[in-house]
Amino acid sequence: MQAFADLYAAIDASTSTQDKVAAMRAYFGQASARDAAWAAYFLAGGKPRQTVPTAVLRAQACRMAGIDDWLFDECYQAVGDLAETIALLLPPSVAAGAGAGAPHDGDADADADPDALGLADWIETRLLPLRGQPPAEQAERVAAYWAMLDLRGRFLLNKLIGGGFRVGVSKLLVQRALGEVAGVDAKQIAERMMGYTDAKTIPTAARFAALLAGADASQTGDVEGVAAAPSGQPYPFFLAHALDGDPAGFVERIGPPADWLIDWKYDGIRAQLVKRGGQVWLWSRGEELITERFPEVVAQAEGLADGCVLDGELLVWQDERPAPFAKLQQRIGRKTLSARLLAEVPVVFMAYDLLEWHGADQRGHTQQERRTVLERAVAGTAVQLSPLVEAGDWLALAELRRSSRERGVEGLMLKQRNSPYGSGRTKSTGVWWKWKIEPMTADAVLVYAQRGHGRRASVYTDYTFAVWSRAPHDAAEAQAVVDHIAAGQPAEPGALQLVTFAKAYSGLTDVEFAEVDRVIRATTREKFGPVRSVVPSLVFELGFEGLQQSPRHKSGIAVRFPRMLRIRRDKPLHEADTLDTLKGLIEGSRQPV
Amino acid sequence: MRPPSLPPGHGADRSEDLVVATPDGLYCRAGDFYIDPWRPVPAAIITHAHADHARVGHGAYLASHDSAGVLRTRLGADIALETRGWGEVTQRNGVRVSLHPAGHVLGSAQVRIEQSGRVWVVSGDYFVSGAGDTNATCAPFEPVRCDCFITESTFGLPIYRWLPQQAVFDDINAWWQANAEAGRASLLMGYSFGKAQRMLAAVDPAIGPIVVHGAVENLNTAYRAAGVALPDTVRLPELDAPGLKRALIVAPPSVQGSAWLERVPHASDAFASGWMQLRGTRRRRGVDRGFVLSDHADWPGLQAAIRATQAERVIVTHGYEATMVRWLQDQGLQAGAFATEYGDDALDDAAAAA
Repeated sequence: MQAFADLYAAIDASTSTQDKVAAMRAYFGQASARDAAWAAYFLAGGKPRQTVPTAVLRAQACRMAGIDDWLFDECYQAVGDLAETIALLLPPSVAAGAGAGAPHDGDADADADPDALGLADWIETRLLPLRGQPPAEQAERVAAYWAMLDLRGRFLLNKLIGGGFRVGVSKLLVQRALGEVAGVDAKQIAERMMGYTDAKTIPTAARFAALLAGADASQTGDVEGVAAAPSGQPYPFFLAHALDGDPAGFVERIGPPADWLIDWKYDGIRAQLVKRGGQVWLWSRGEELITERFPEVVAQAEGLADGCVLDGELLVWQDERPAPFAKLQQRIGRKTLSARLLAEVPVVFMAYDLLEWHGADQRGHTQQERRTVLERAVAGTAVQLSPLVEAGDWLALAELRRSSRERGVEGLMLKQRNSPYGSGRTKSTGVWWKWKIEPMTADAVLVYAQRGHGRRASVYTDYTFAVWSRAPHDAAEAQAVVDHIAAGQPAEPGALQLVTFAKAYSGLTDVEFAEVDRVIRATTREKFGPVRSVVPSLVFELGFEGLQQSPRHKSGIAVRFPRMLRIRRDKPLHEADTLDTLKGLIEGSRQPV
Repeated sequence: MRPPSLPPGHGADRSEDLVVATPDGLYCRAGDFYIDPWRPVPAAIITHAHADHARVGHGAYLASHDSAGVLRTRLGADIALETRGWGEVTQRNGVRVSLHPAGHVLGSAQVRIEQSGRVWVVSGDYFVSGAGDTNATCAPFEPVRCDCFITESTFGLPIYRWLPQQAVFDDINAWWQANAEAGRASLLMGYSFGKAQRMLAAVDPAIGPIVVHGAVENLNTAYRAAGVALPDTVRLPELDAPGLKRALIVAPPSVQGSAWLERVPHASDAFASGWMQLRGTRRRRGVDRGFVLSDHADWPGLQAAIRATQAERVIVTHGYEATMVRWLQDQGLQAGAFATEYGDDALDDAAAAA
C-alpha cells in the first residue's frame, strides 16, 4: 500500500512524462504480481464501485476532526476534492509517526508504515469487504485504517474507497511502462489490456501475468490459453482526428472524395459488438462491458456469424433516424430496464467497421476490404449498416453535410479506403477524419459562477449563462435590468429580464479563467454556498451541439454539450441573444429530412 | 490630506470601539491614527512592510525598529518614519500605543491600543504554528492580553495545519541535494520578502552555491543589516556553468517562465507557500515540487493565538472571515468581521505568491 501511495505521489507531483513512466517502471519492477495487477488496474482507469457511502466517510471524518458539518463543507469548497479534504482534516496519525508527510513528499520512508500489507490485500481483505456492512461498522473500520496511514496514504485510501481514483497518467503511458517492464511492444499490451479495467472482473496475478507474457504469447480472447482473459475480448478502438477548413482546399489536402469511404458521424455511444461461441458482448469505448444494458442489441446480433467483431455506434432509433443524444441518456446508467422504457427508447447497433471475421483479425485489411466483408456480415441480420454517403466532389459533400442536423447526425466521417484499422488516436493523421458541422452558437451573459474542482478548485470556472427574455430596446434598457439585479430587486412580471439556460465550464485557457475569476470576485452580488451571483458584465459566445425543448428548464430549452468558445469583450450586454433566437434554432433543427 | 472619512452610522453608539473600519483603513478615532491604511492618511501605524499593509503616501509612519530597513527599502528612504522598540509605549491623544512582535516577517508587529483600561490588539499578519515553530528570521509572536483581538484569517480553515518546519526544510534540502547530484539547478520560488529569507536561513549551504534574485537580494541586505544571519549568496551572472548545476536559486514566483531563467533551462522548480497544502493549487502552479511553508498562522495556530489573548471579542480580517466568525461564535466568543483591502483576496493565485 505504501509503495503504491508513493508511486501515486510521484506521478501526481511530476509534470514530466519520462519521470512518470520511470516511476511506474520502478514500481512494476518490484511489486508482487498480485499488487501489480491491482496497480495496473487503477492506473489504467479502473474504478471499483464505491465501498462506503460518502455520508459515512464524511460523518466519521467530522467526528475525528471535531468539526461540524458546515465547516466540513467550507473546507470541501476550498479543496474541491472529498478524499483530500478528509485526509487534510483528520488529526495527525499517531501510528504513522510525526513524519506523516503531505501527499507530495517524495521521501517519506517506507518504515513509517507500520502496516506492511500490500495493495492487493488492502483491497481484497479490507476495502472490498466494507461494502454492505452496517454504517457503524464501516465507520469504525475506516477510522482504524486511517489511523494506520499517513496523510498520503489516507488520501489514497479515501480515493480507493470512494471509487473516484484518478491519476495523472494516460492509459498509453501505463501501457508503455508495462511494455518496457515486460519487453513487449506497448501496442500489444494495449490489446491485452482491453477490458482489463472492467468493474466486474477482479484483477489477479494470473491476469497480470497474461498482460506481460512474452511477445509470442497468444493474444485474442478466444484462445483459452490466456488464463483469465475473458473470451469477449475487444480490440482497441481507432479514433478519428478533426478536419476543418474550406472544402475547396480538400482535394489538395486529402485527395479526391473517391479515395474515401464516407458515412455519417453519429452522436451515440461508440461500441464494439463481439460475437464468439454463440455469445454476445458489447463494449463501450471506455472499455466498459455494457451488454446487459442493451438486451435488444444482443437480440439484433442473433443472426451474426460467430467469430465476428463489429465497430459501430449505439443509437436510439426513432422515425427512421437517430434520436437526439438526450434520449440515449435515458438508457445510460439505468439498472433496471422496464418493458416500457425498452419500447419507448429503442436502441440499435449501427455498424460501420468490421474487426474480426470467422475468428480472424481483419484489422490489417484495407477499409474497402473490411467494408465489403461488413456488408456481407450484417446482411440478413437486424444489425444496421451505416449507409455510405456519395457525391462527386467535396463541395457537394459539404452541401450534404449541411443537412446533418436534420438527419440527427454530427457531420461526416471520412475513412481512407486503402488504410488498415489503426490503434487509438495515432500521431499519423489522415486515416480517419471527423468532419463535424459547426456548433450552434449564441451570445450569452454570465450570471452565476461556481468554483471548479480538482486542479481548478478555488477558481471560479463553472458558469451559468442567460439570454434576454426579449431583445432590449437599447443599452439603457439593458442597463436598467443590470441595475435592478445589482440592487437585489426581483424582475417585474413580463418585464425584460435575463433567463438562464445553460451551464458551461470548458473552453477557456487558464489565463482567461483567471481573468474571469477576477471579474467574478469584483462583481459578486450574493454568495449561496459555493455559488456566487454576479452583477452581469460579461458576454460569452457559447457553442453547443443541439437544442431541445425541455419543460424541466426555466427557459424551456435544454442544450447539448454547451461550452465557451470565446469571451465577447466587444459585445455590449444588450446585444446578447434572446430566448427567441434560441428557440429559432430548435425549429431549424427540427425540419424534416 | 483629506480628513478621515467615517462610515455612516459611526457615532456615539460605536464610539466605544477603539478601532473601526473606514474606507481608508482601520482607524483609531480616540488616537486619531490609522493602522495599515490602504489610502493616503496623515498618520499611519504600519504592522509590517508587505505591500498590502505598507503603502506609499501617508503623512507620517510609525513602525517597529526592526522594520525600518525593509520599510525604507520598499517605500523609499525619505518617508517620515518614526520607529519604536518592542513594548515601548507612545501616547496619542491619551491613547497608549505599543508594538509587539508578530513573527510574520522582519519587524512585523501587532499593535496594542489602550484607552481607559480597555485594550485592543490589531494583529496584522502573524505566524503561530500548531507544531509550535517560530520564524527564525524575526522576533517570535508574543501573545498580548486584550479585550478585543483583530486577527487575520489567511489560512482560517482546519485543512491548513503546518507540519513541523524542520520536516519541510529537510525536504527542501533533500530535493536540492538530489538535484545537485543529478547535475541540475534547483529553482526555489517564494515571496521575496520574508519567505525567501526564512528559507535561506534554513537551507544547508554545504550542498552547493546559493543564487538569489535581485528582488531577494535587496531584502537580504535589510535583513543582514538588522542582524539576521543569512548564508553567503551570489547573483546569477556571477556563477559559472558547473557551479550552476549544483546551485540553489532563490527567486520570487514572477520569474517562472521569464527570460531571467534563460541561463538555467533545465532546473527543477519548486514553489514554497502555505497554499501548496492543496493538491489543486500545486498542480495549477505546474512546478515539480510544492513545499508547504507559510509565514502565516495555520488553523491550530490561529485558534491558539486567539485563546492566548483571552479576548472576549474577536474581529476577523482578510482570509476566511465568515468561516472564522462562525467558528468563533460557536466557541462562545463575540465575533465579527472587518472588510479590509489586505491580502488582495487571499484565495486567489496572486496571494498564493505571497
